[in-house]
Amino acid sequence: MGRHVDPMSIAGEEAQAEERFPIVVVGAGPAGCAAAAEAAAHGVPVLLVDEHPVEPGLIGLDVPYHFGQRADGSVQNRGRMLERVVETNPALAEAFERGVEIRLGTTVWGAFANGPTVGCLPEPLLGLADGGRSWLVGYRRLIVAAGRRDLGLVFPGWEQPGVMGVTALHALVERYGAFAGRRIVMLGSGAEALVAVLAALEAGLEVAAVVEVAPSPLGPPDLVSAVEAARVPLLTSTVIAGTDGAAGGVEAARLQRLDDQGTPRLSAEQTIACDTVCLGVGAVPNVEIFDLLGCRLAYRPELGGHVPVTDEVLCTSLPEVHAAGDCTGVTPGKSLDPGVAAAEGRLAGGQAAASLGATPRAAPALPARDRASHVGAGASLEAWIRAVQATAREDLVICQCEEVTRADLIGVRPPRYLGAASPGFARRGLDTLLAGGPLNQDQVKRLTRAGMGACQGRRCREQVAALLTLAADTAAPDVPPLPTYRPPLRPLPLAVLQDDREPEAMRERWHPWFGIASQWTPPWELDQGEQASRGD
Amino acid sequence: MTRRDATAPRGASVVVVGGGVTGLSAAWWLARGGVDVLVLEKGVVGWEASGRNGGGCSHHHSPLFAEEQRLWPLMDDLLGYPTEFRPCRVRIALDESQMAYFDVGIGNAARQGFRAERLDSAQVRELVPLVGDTVVGGAFFHFGGHANPHRTVQAYAWALEDLGGRVLQHTPATGFRTSGGRVVGVATPVGEFGCDSLVLAAGPQTAELAALLGIDLPLAFGRAEIIVTEPVPLLRYGGADGNGLYGRQTLRGNLAYGGGPHEWLADAAPGARPAATPLSRNIARRLVELFPRSAHVRVIRSWAGIVENTPDGRPVIERMAAPDNVVLATLSSVGFGLSPASGRAVADLVLTGSCGFADLPPFVLSRFAGLDPCWRQRQGWTAAGDPPEDKAA
Repeated sequence: MGRHVDPMSIAGEEAQAEERFPIVVVGAGPAGCAAAAEAAAHGVPVLLVDEHPVEPGLIGLDVPYHFGQRADGSVQNRGRMLERVVETNPALAEAFERGVEIRLGTTVWGAFANGPTVGCLPEPLLGLADGGRSWLVGYRRLIVAAGRRDLGLVFPGWEQPGVMGVTALHALVERYGAFAGRRIVMLGSGAEALVAVLAALEAGLEVAAVVEVAPSPLGPPDLVSAVEAARVPLLTSTVIAGTDGAAGGVEAARLQRLDDQGTPRLSAEQTIACDTVCLGVGAVPNVEIFDLLGCRLAYRPELGGHVPVTDEVLCTSLPEVHAAGDCTGVTPGKSLDPGVAAAEGRLAGGQAAASLGATPRAAPALPARDRASHVGAGASLEAWIRAVQATAREDLVICQCEEVTRADLIGVRPPRYLGAASPGFARRGLDTLLAGGPLNQDQVKRLTRAGMGACQGRRCREQVAALLTLAADTAAPDVPPLPTYRPPLRPLPLAVLQDDREPEAMRERWHPWFGIASQWTPPWELDQGEQASRGD
Repeated sequence: MTRRDATAPRGASVVVVGGGVTGLSAAWWLARGGVDVLVLEKGVVGWEASGRNGGGCSHHHSPLFAEEQRLWPLMDDLLGYPTEFRPCRVRIALDESQMAYFDVGIGNAARQGFRAERLDSAQVRELVPLVGDTVVGGAFFHFGGHANPHRTVQAYAWALEDLGGRVLQHTPATGFRTSGGRVVGVATPVGEFGCDSLVLAAGPQTAELAALLGIDLPLAFGRAEIIVTEPVPLLRYGGADGNGLYGRQTLRGNLAYGGGPHEWLADAAPGARPAATPLSRNIARRLVELFPRSAHVRVIRSWAGIVENTPDGRPVIERMAAPDNVVLATLSSVGFGLSPASGRAVADLVLTGSCGFADLPPFVLSRFAGLDPCWRQRQGWTAAGDPPEDKAA
C-alpha cells in the first residue's frame, strides 16, 4: 500500500540547502583561519564564514559586541570596512591562498540538525545571511571558532553612550579603525582588559586609569608591568560608582575606594575625565551555535563561563562539530598570543578533515591550558556586582532593552511600562518561585522580560544569572542556569530572513494550523454519527 | 510554587496531572469552589505548548466559545494577576480566498450573537498601518482577542495557590493506584499522592497516562514554530493577523507569528527542547507579505512547541466510566484561548459529572471507538522514518 502523507505537513517541503561544503568554519579569527587553512591543506573543500564587518544597524544595537555607541561614522562605509577586515587579518589571505572559500560580512544565524523534535532535515544545515538575503548551507563537519563576546556589568550610568565592552573596543580600534573615543577608563584588570589597554595605547589613545575591585591586579605579572610602565594608573580596591555625562555620553567616571572588606569608603571618591568606560571584567565564550545543536556545555568560570565539552582533539559531544579558539574558553594565554588559538584551529581543522577520510598530516599538539593565576569571569563578576551594589544609591536597570530593574528582577515582576501592577505581586518574588524548583533563568525571563530584547541578552544575560544566583542566596550552583539560545542568533530583518526561493508546493499547501478541517467544524455542523476522520 | 514537603506526600481531594493551561485552569476553578486540589507538573508550569502558542482567544467554532468570551475580559480581576488580555481581532486578507475564510468566522460568531464584520482595504489600512497595497480587505471581530501565554499560565498557578490549592513542579506522574474501580493514588518519584478524583490534562503525555488506566486515547504529536520580532510602535489592535499566519503584536510591541507546515513526530519527546527549523524563513516571508511596512523589522528569536492532536482534531473532555473518578482533558492543540472555559468544564465534570454551561457530547472518547489502529498511517500523520504500516495493533 502506498504511503499516504499529510499534505499539510512538512513532508515533501523540507528545507533545502542552496550550497553545501564538507567543512564549514564559523569565525575567521586566528582559530578559524587556521582551522580552515589546515582542512584545505588536507584537500577538503572548506567554507569560512565571518560576520565582520558587522552592519551599522547591529552595531547600534550592541550586537555582537557591546559597542556602546562609540563606533564612528566610518562603519557606514561598507567597502572601507571590508578592506579593513582583510588588511588587519593576514591569516585570511593565507586561508584564501589555500583555496578556502571565504565569505565576509556573513552571519551564521542558525544551525539545524535532526534530533528528538526534528526529523525532516535532509542534512545538517546552517542558516547564513549577508546584508541582503539569507540562505541555507549544508555541511558534514562544522568547526565553530565563534570567539568571545563582552561581559556586561551594571552600575549607575552604564546605559550611557560611551560605556562599552572590551571585545568591542578591540574590534573598533584594531579591526575597523572606527573608534570614536579618545580617553578610556578600563574596568577590570584581567588579561583581556590589560591586553586591550596596551592595544589602545598602541593606537594612540589615552587610558586614564585601570579600575579593579580586587586588592591587586588580576592579570599576568608581565602584562601588569607593561601597563604600569606606560604610566597608566592601576586603581585597585576601587569600584565605579557612576558616570557623569551629557548628550554625547560619558564625560567622566566616578570612582569609589573600597576598604579591605570591600565596603565603600565614603570619603574616598574620585572623578576621572574620560569619554569611554570599558567593561573589561571578563569576556564570554560564544556558545550559541553549540547550544542550538545540542552540544554538551559545561560551566567553567575560569574560562569565562559556559564552554562546549570537548575531547582532546577538540571534538564536541557531537561527532560532526568541532570547536576552536576563544569559544572553547577565554584564557590569558589566548588573549596574549593568537598563536594559541591558531594551534587549536589547526588541530580541529585537521581532525575534521581526517574524519572525512582525508589523509592526516602531522597532528599539531593541543596547547596546554594555561591556568596560571587566572581569575575566572564568574568570580570576578560577582565581586564587582557586590561592590556596585554597596555603592549604588538607586535601583539599577539590568536589562536595558526591556527596562527591567534589579528590583523587578528579584521581585519577578513585569516591567513597569506594562502597567500590570497587582497586589498579588507583593506576595511573590524570587523566593517563592524558588520554593517551587531550581532557579530557571528562562522562567524568570518569561515573567520579567529580562533578556527578551533586541540585543538578545548579550548585555545582561550573565549579569542576570549572577544577580539571580546571589539573590537566591544559594552557593553558586554547579551549573548556573543558562537561558537557551534560539535562532536567529543575530537580529535579522524579516526581509532578509525570508525565504525568497520558497517552493510553489509550500505556498499551495500553507495553512495557519494543522489543516485539519474537522478541527474547526462548529457543533451545529457535526454529524451525530460521524466516524473519526480528517474530515476534508 | 508550593514547597515540597519533607514528609510523606500529602494528597488532595482532586489531583490534576498536568501544569499546562488546561490543568491549571481546571485546578483554579476547583480551588475557587473551595475544593482541595493539587497540580502535579513534570517540569515548570506552562513550559510546553501552553507557553509557546500565539495567545489567541477567539474560538468561534467551539462549544466553549460563549464561555471563553464571557470570561477573558474578567480574567485579570478573577485571577488577581495580569494576563495582558486585549480584546478584538483584525483579520487581514491579501486575496479573495482569505476573505472567504474570514466569512466563516463572521458567520459562526453571528450565529452565536457575537458581532463581526467585513472590512475593506482602506479600513484595514487605517486600523493596521503596517499593511501595504496588497491588502484586499479583512474582518473585524468585536469579540475574541489575545493574551500573553507566559503571564496567563503563571497567573493561573499563582491564583490557585492564593486560593489554597497546591502546585508541585518537577513532579511527574509515573503511575496510578486503583481500588474498587477508582483511582486512589498517583505515583511519582517522591511518593504516592492520594486522591478522590483525578484529572489527566497532560498534553501529549495524556495518552500514555490514560493507557496506564486502560484508556485508549488516540493522539499524534506535531511540532509548530513561531518567530518574534523586535518591538514596533503599538497597533491600535494587537490581535491582527492573516495571510496564513496566526499571532499578535504583544503589549511590548513585538510581532509574534506562526503558521505553515507542521512536522509529525513519532513521540512527544518530553524533556527534549523543541528545536526550531528553517521554517522561520517561510513564516518571515508571509509576515513581510502581510505587513510590508515591517520588512526592515528584525526577528530576534523563534521557538518551537510540541502539541497533540486527536484523529479529528477535536478535544476530548470527558469523565470516564471506568475508572469513574477520572476526567480526561485534551484540547487537541487548540487549548490556550479556550482555557478559562475548558477548565470550568473539567471542574464541572469532576464535581457533578456534567458540564453546566456548555454541551460537550462532541468531545467524547467513544467517537473513536471504531478507529483503525493504523489511523496515523491512514491519515498520513506519520513521522519521518516511521514504518509504512504500524505493526502494533
